[in-house]
Amino acid sequence: MTKIFKYLKSLTLNEIRKGMVMTQKYFFKRKFTVRYPEEKTPKSPRFRGLHALRRYPNGEERCIACKLCEAVCPAAAITIDSDVREDGSRRTTKYEIDLFKCIYCGFCEESCPVDSIVETDIHEYHFESKGKNVMTKEQLLAVGDMYEEQIAESKQQDAKYR
Amino acid sequence: MIETLNFLIFDNLIYILAIVLGVILTVAYLTYFERKVIAFMHVRMGPNRVGPWGLLQPFADVVKLLTKEIIFPKNANKFLFLIAPIITLATAFAAWAVVPFADGMVLADINAGLVYILAMTSLGVYGVIIAGWASNSKYALLGALRSAAQIVSYEIAMGFALVGVLVAAGTLNLSDIVRAQEGGIVHWYMWPLLPLFVIYYISGVAETNRAPFDVAEGESEIVAGFHVEYSGAAFALFFLGEYANMIIISALTAIMFLGGWYSPVSGDSWIAQPSIFWFLAKTSIFLYAFFWLRATLPRFRYDQIMRLGWKVFIPITIAWIMVVAVLKVYNIGPWWN
Repeated sequence: MTKIFKYLKSLTLNEIRKGMVMTQKYFFKRKFTVRYPEEKTPKSPRFRGLHALRRYPNGEERCIACKLCEAVCPAAAITIDSDVREDGSRRTTKYEIDLFKCIYCGFCEESCPVDSIVETDIHEYHFESKGKNVMTKEQLLAVGDMYEEQIAESKQQDAKYR
Repeated sequence: MIETLNFLIFDNLIYILAIVLGVILTVAYLTYFERKVIAFMHVRMGPNRVGPWGLLQPFADVVKLLTKEIIFPKNANKFLFLIAPIITLATAFAAWAVVPFADGMVLADINAGLVYILAMTSLGVYGVIIAGWASNSKYALLGALRSAAQIVSYEIAMGFALVGVLVAAGTLNLSDIVRAQEGGIVHWYMWPLLPLFVIYYISGVAETNRAPFDVAEGESEIVAGFHVEYSGAAFALFFLGEYANMIIISALTAIMFLGGWYSPVSGDSWIAQPSIFWFLAKTSIFLYAFFWLRATLPRFRYDQIMRLGWKVFIPITIAWIMVVAVLKVYNIGPWWN
């Protein structure tokens, strides 16, 4: 008896009607999609994007060529050569990051005793030819100069948790 | 002689062009509409990059498909490989000849319109079978066999549903079938023929190999079914044929069960006037239901499809034909004119 009742009930297509009402409800819901180039989601101050080398306010580069970042880098993406500058201080003569090797873990930034190497929140960048994936010291310093304000602000926001 | 030629060439050619172009444009925007509707039901945006709100997306797709290479599989029969999509498309377009858009607005007002429609929609299966066989691929062959079995099975339920309409209207002429439903929503055949109406539409969905009956394509099982080896323009033809079939199923449902070009209200006010817009609106509702079903239901298993077709639909349609006959003969209900 219940079998016959069940069969007759299935003929009313009630289950399908329920499902279709459900999908129709979702039709009118607010869409979650972020229309990317026009809309962007907010980024954390801890966001780890493109690298930069910072300077002190007086224009002196912060990096003292201690090579801690090179040592800690798990992907061996950082290459540093150092020498003594005319004024007797130890400075890098070469500071290169291979962005293809880099895994953006942020260890270099954490290991740096003078907050020189940092990861900015820039994530929209590309290379157009072979070899451009290696960031030279000049390029890194240039990025740092360009975004110093932003970097300083992010560091400030995150400072109390460190 | 000259006059006949004139009539044949100018009048009919213009009608044919209008119908073909109309169907092609509708198909183009149907693909856009489908993607939008399904995206909205998935709480996504859908295509919105090409043109305002993505409205130029169909043209981008067409350009892409037409500029792609047509790849012939090794050892495939080239002639059959190319003729298959043409058969699918030609039959899908040919069926439009007898569809009445409004009173008198029909290319060929033939008396056996219903039979012609059945013949044309069934002939499409040859395109599928030939495509599957000519592709020289096991997936394509499996998809074609599935598709053929499915189309043939549902053809029967569909035919029986149409017999119900035939009994009710007493004519095979599609325009006359619509005329028999004149006089407001109560006279539409969807009421006395409600089970046949539902079964006809569901069989139509199965016949066009659309979700949830799309085992012929079943991405997760047999890649893309019978058209897995097709690319470029040849694939576009299959695509066009499938969507043209969807439109024709929707249009026929509107004509046979929802009173075609007649308004749901009767009377003399402007809204009660019969016009092509009613026909188009009714067709659009069923087209929307195609996408709605696709967004809602998961794919049937193959044996479930066969069970539904043979063990559920055919008995119900046969039983209801009897009921309709009794209703018609004894003039029961408010729906007979």
